[in-house]
Amino acid sequence: MNSVYVSYNNIVSSLGFDSPTVVKNVADGVSGISRIADKNISPQAFYASTIPTETLSGAFESLNTNGSFTRLEQMMLVSLEKVIKASGLALDERVGLIISTTKGNIDALETNNPFPKKRAYLSELGTLIKNFFGFKTEAIVLSNACVSGILAVGVAKRFINQGKFDHVFIVSGDLVTEFIVSGFNSFQALSNKPCKPYCKYRDGINIGEVAASVLVTSEKNNLAAEAVQILGDASCNDANHISGPSRTGEGLYRSVISALDEAGVRPNEIDYISAHGTATPFNDEMEAIAFNRLGLSEVPLNSLKGYFGHTLGASGLLETIVGMHSLQQNKLFSSLGFEELGVSQPLNIITGTRAQELNVFLKTASGFGGCNTAIIFQKIKR
Amino acid sequence: MLKTNKFIQSYSHIRNNTVSKNGTLLFENASEAFPDFIKAAYNALDTGYPKFFKMDNLSKLAFLAADVLLKEIPSATNKEQNIAIVLSNRASSLDTDRKHQASIANKEDYFPSPAVFVYTLPNICIGEISIKHRLFSENSFFIFDRFSAEHLADYTNGLFLNNKAEKVIGGWVDFDTDTYEAFLYLVSDKGSIPHNKKEINRLYRL
Repeated sequence: MNSVYVSYNNIVSSLGFDSPTVVKNVADGVSGISRIADKNISPQAFYASTIPTETLSGAFESLNTNGSFTRLEQMMLVSLEKVIKASGLALDERVGLIISTTKGNIDALETNNPFPKKRAYLSELGTLIKNFFGFKTEAIVLSNACVSGILAVGVAKRFINQGKFDHVFIVSGDLVTEFIVSGFNSFQALSNKPCKPYCKYRDGINIGEVAASVLVTSEKNNLAAEAVQILGDASCNDANHISGPSRTGEGLYRSVISALDEAGVRPNEIDYISAHGTATPFNDEMEAIAFNRLGLSEVPLNSLKGYFGHTLGASGLLETIVGMHSLQQNKLFSSLGFEELGVSQPLNIITGTRAQELNVFLKTASGFGGCNTAIIFQKIKR
Repeated sequence: MLKTNKFIQSYSHIRNNTVSKNGTLLFENASEAFPDFIKAAYNALDTGYPKFFKMDNLSKLAFLAADVLLKEIPSATNKEQNIAIVLSNRASSLDTDRKHQASIANKEDYFPSPAVFVYTLPNICIGEISIKHRLFSENSFFIFDRFSAEHLADYTNGLFLNNKAEKVIGGWVDFDTDTYEAFLYLVSDKGSIPHNKKEINRLYRL
């Protein structure tokens, strides 16, 4: 099988509109989470990471386009445009497009939303993005809860491996909406302060919004400086509960085993884990159990939710991009919000951004429906 | 593009108030709306899984269409099998999304429910199937504006080529305001129908 790489990338987020700016903010310990009092989203004030509307409008205007676009569409178009441009690729029939999202334009269902309700259909979003850039192939929309963004990387890799495409662009995005905030609030899953993944004092998640884009490619020439090779990937179900994580971390455990197996990598060769770490009591405990079963308890690990909140279907792709820059810079980023270990098994939480030689990293994510995904990435030797 | 030599071992349809397997009618109830129809089908097919009644419409549809295929495999109930699930539809979870949105539309009458919210993701139905049949396997949910045999066939082949599954359940499960349709098929080493785009399209239209 061909080697497959994740190359050019972009993040549109509360911490900036391009990957280097965003990663610099992460390295500096800046969080995009703030207290938001907006009765249109929630009766009570809440903590979330949101993109400033004026900045987004300004960035979108620079695309010089006509027509009206939703907030999420603007975020995704701004993000993907930069990656397509950086890649220099012509969008021919060998180039695929994957859109990954949990809820897409779900705000179109709101009574006062100016867009037609049919905008909430995810295939509409796919077609819009495809036509905007002139992709020759059908948009593939992937909606698999909170693993959507990282699963899309695995899906792209498989399509390239089997010869369907030579290159695949992925754009992933989700919004902070009344729909999402009220839903997680009904689960009593929202923290009323900035979230604290793996910490003894954690008490829930913050929602965040982001659009993230990457190019996945088999072409080794013309890679971005921070490009990584995909060594192995897997996605396994817990077969346990639709909203509660498995008590044994079964699906996550199996996902990592299968990804390691494909990669031909031993657990002790993993230099860094970019974990899911939502900061709910059950999720973080589940991950600690799975990583201990895997013999990964001593590998430096962080959750980036303290910087961006939980950006739902986009989180896995966002965190993969930050991980790529982490490898390139040989720098481990602090797991923001963490004070004292609050899971029953040992984990090596990164408690201060520091330099370290890095070669291989593991990205994991888990979501409702019992889904889990693990991908192993390696720095490209030049 | 790389191909695999697999077969469609069995397939099921739920549509127009009928449930069928391999083209043979298993249940029909022409007079009922979907909630009553699917409940009657659950009873008639001797499903015996009370969690079914907590599911939303999309999950009930997908669960029953998959159960028809999986309960014929004796070992699926007692020995673990690596059967991946690759589903697709047009309306995602919009039927339940609208219910959740309705529960928060009025600030004076605000009643979001976790039991509804959890079903506002299309892949929850894959979780329901996985729990019942103990499938710790690959799963993914794709959205298209119409049935895409090509995408399903390609992705399924990719799972086999990457050694990620021994068998795959693929298909289409769509539930929208006034319409529903399920077509699922089991791909394995056994059977007489070749697994390819043409045959998937033929069976879908049966």
